[in-house]
Amino acid sequence: MSNIPAELKYANSHEWVRDEGNGIFTVGITEHAQGLLGDMVFVDLPDVGDTFDAGEDAAVAESVKAASDIYAPITGEVVEINEELEDSPELVNSDAFNDGWMFKIKADDASELENLLDAEGYQAVVDEE
Amino acid sequence: MAAQTVLFDKHIEAGAKMVDFHGWDMPINYGSQIEEHHAVRQDAGMFDVSHMTVVDIKGSQAKAFLQKLLANDVAKLTVEGKAMYGGMLNEAGGVIDDLITYYMTDDYYRLVVNSATRVKDMAWINKQSAGFDVTVTELPELAMIAVQGPNAKEKAAKVFNAEQNALLEGIKPFFAVASGDLFIATTGYTGEDGYEIIVHNDQAADLWQQLLDVDVRPCGLGARDTLRLEAGMNLYGLDMDEEVSPLAANMAWTVAWEPSERDFIGRSALVEQKASGKLHKQVGLILEAKGVLRHGQKVVFTDSEGAEQEGIITSGTFSPTLGHSVAIARVPRSIGEVAQVEMRKKFVDVKVVKPGFVRNGKKTF
Repeated sequence: MSNIPAELKYANSHEWVRDEGNGIFTVGITEHAQGLLGDMVFVDLPDVGDTFDAGEDAAVAESVKAASDIYAPITGEVVEINEELEDSPELVNSDAFNDGWMFKIKADDASELENLLDAEGYQAVVDEE
Repeated sequence: MAAQTVLFDKHIEAGAKMVDFHGWDMPINYGSQIEEHHAVRQDAGMFDVSHMTVVDIKGSQAKAFLQKLLANDVAKLTVEGKAMYGGMLNEAGGVIDDLITYYMTDDYYRLVVNSATRVKDMAWINKQSAGFDVTVTELPELAMIAVQGPNAKEKAAKVFNAEQNALLEGIKPFFAVASGDLFIATTGYTGEDGYEIIVHNDQAADLWQQLLDVDVRPCGLGARDTLRLEAGMNLYGLDMDEEVSPLAANMAWTVAWEPSERDFIGRSALVEQKASGKLHKQVGLILEAKGVLRHGQKVVFTDSEGAEQEGIITSGTFSPTLGHSVAIARVPRSIGEVAQVEMRKKFVDVKVVKPGFVRNGKKTF
């Protein structure tokens, strides 16, 4: 069973979302997702200032095994990206929920968060796979 | 339910992540595929390859039978233990399987074939053996452990007995010695030095443990794939199959045309393929920019006459040794030094080289 922090929100497509306050949300992929992908070799991040609709592909996580789209879980503008991933994509493997974060997005409408899963809901998604 | 090798419990003990590989429950990695890859390039790693199939061919016509069955010529093998790589073809000149043949005596050869093709291989070999005085015996009671890397031989020597070590002294590549309970061959699928060791199922777990005790790192199928791809070695089912000519899959060197009267299965089809002028060839591709080349991606280029040409990536990966992506592709022979690959709806520039990127830890292009 994977580690699924209770304070985060989750998308069906295995992204996690952390509320940083002021309408800003950090996005990464879950421990479960990194385990499925295996060793990460490149993470192709969006540029700061890019805007995305919820569900739109915003980044690509490329592992030895496969390339996987990372979707924006909420609509908004990218305000920061994790530049550490440029040289150390393996942070996504070693610390998916913290140092392996991918980008921060300023939400157009924070109520979209309600469309995401809580830890229990995401656990059910993982269990079904 | 997938089959398990006799080393299944050792894999679980070592924290393996198991996956279904053509009906076998096999370790994909024991934590990090990339670290396992580096262990083989820099030190010593071991792979459970017990899912592979050992087949003994014995009888007064063993040699004549294999001269018909295989595109390479077993007549080249005259020294006990000498090994040879090559294809077993169908009548249309497609590759049923690629395999290693060991010469034991004139009436005893040992084949090691792929696991994914075991059923069709055995059916084909048995069918073709009709009319020859040979017996075809599969040996499922044998396990196989590949120990590979620059320190593999030195570490394995600590596990072998004095007689085995004496026999292995100065052994050349692609040779085997049978001694005590082991059949030890200087073959492999990584581009590094090392051994492939065939051992009875009953002793396999002990051998695995002894190798662990001398710091040989367990490595999964994930690392095995990146290692063989860096070494430019084919994977059956991806880089070639029954629809692909060995002449288009970098296996021309394994087809023995002489003596011309040797009528191996697929010979006449290969002659026609050559005459047609339409055969593709296998190349290596290098992507130095970000991204990873993958199986099935389209390769395009413009030939010297200005015509658009198209080929396909048969296997691609990120190369942990080189730090960028490499691939094996099958393309029209008119390809030059550069091409483009369609990746995620974009065309990216790649360099074209001979298949093979890393040998003995060093870049080869």
